[in-house]
Amino acid sequence: MQIVKREEIVEGILEENALFSLEELCRSCRLPLEQLLEIVDEGIIEPVDYQQTTTSWQFAGNSVVRVRTVIRLQRDLGVNLAGAALAVELLDEIKVLRANLL
Amino acid sequence: MMEYKDYYKILGLTKEATQDEIKRVYRKLARKYHPDISKESNAEEQFKEVGEAYEVLKDPEKRAAYDQLVADLQAQRDFRPPPPRSGGAAHSADFDDFLANLFGQRGRGGAGGAGRVYQENGEDVHAKVSIDLEDAYRGATRSLNLRSFQQERSLNIKIPKGVKQGQHIRLQGQGSPGIGGGAAGDLYLEIAFNPHPLYRVEALDVYLELPIAPWEAALGGSVKVPTPNGAVDMKIPAGASSGRKLRLKGRGIPAQTPGDFYVTLKVVMPDTFSDKAKALYSELAREQAFNPRAGMGV
Repeated sequence: MQIVKREEIVEGILEENALFSLEELCRSCRLPLEQLLEIVDEGIIEPVDYQQTTTSWQFAGNSVVRVRTVIRLQRDLGVNLAGAALAVELLDEIKVLRANLL
Repeated sequence: MMEYKDYYKILGLTKEATQDEIKRVYRKLARKYHPDISKESNAEEQFKEVGEAYEVLKDPEKRAAYDQLVADLQAQRDFRPPPPRSGGAAHSADFDDFLANLFGQRGRGGAGGAGRVYQENGEDVHAKVSIDLEDAYRGATRSLNLRSFQQERSLNIKIPKGVKQGQHIRLQGQGSPGIGGGAAGDLYLEIAFNPHPLYRVEALDVYLELPIAPWEAALGGSVKVPTPNGAVDMKIPAGASSGRKLRLKGRGIPAQTPGDFYVTLKVVMPDTFSDKAKALYSELAREQAFNPRAGMGV
């Protein structure tokens, strides 16, 4: 195994400070447009402003992680989109509850 | 010596299991070990193993081929004395070949055999970093060792201030390198806070239980309060009871709209009283008519 040492410092981007267009989201999640629109229709992610045309929609940075989680749950557990959406919401809730337990 | 994976055992089934049973057990284990759901540290490994087992057993053809291979290996062992230790690799090679055949070109990458999928584009890499609450206030640099396809990388990562528990940081192009000219994947870091002895964190807000003396509670005044950003002076209103919540606006985790810092007061008593202190308390009891349990009907 080759070990590459990098001394440069890489700066992380806070997901929440970044906004993604629909196109960028497709690329980042490796999804075709139609599938991503279904995810929006399910209310799993929401554009900042619904009123705008889809081409100028913008999504909060944490949408990427959300969409990816939904895709993984769908692929691995055989649940449909609504089921995956429910699971993601419940997982979010568990996260909050767990944090409060500490 | 005989290096093959017992897929039935992994799923907790016997060789006689029906296809329905295999599917049912797999679904159950997949939900249990799914890395997005399970909190167990080895969940991902378990999930992959269960997935590999199911991939083979769910398909009657692949299952039959697998059963045959296992039977062959069994027979080899029965009819031949076990070969010397160095010969063991041959059997594992058999099994790897078998898998390569089953999974075709998209089979197992590398010699590690953890079931990696061959892809053109580099995969995104997900990792967790633990930081202290103080780091969220000031930003921090963390050194990470990342193991990807065929190399290990060491990366210094600057974590910006203002991160929240569970938030992700994206490092574009820092995931696994692409293969055959494919784009490198991204690196996603999930932020987790180390438990703090003093503070509790909720999103951007930070909570502290602050012990105060009975006379501080009675008279009010300024007290020193620790915050992740250093001590501050806070004014306590006179007559503050235990459980009273005070807010220091904007002193939570910094952000465009920073969180708040909440202080819950807790009146505590000294362990011992001098005779004079006892006398003063007695005088206080005589002086002030107060029944804190009046609302309880006693």
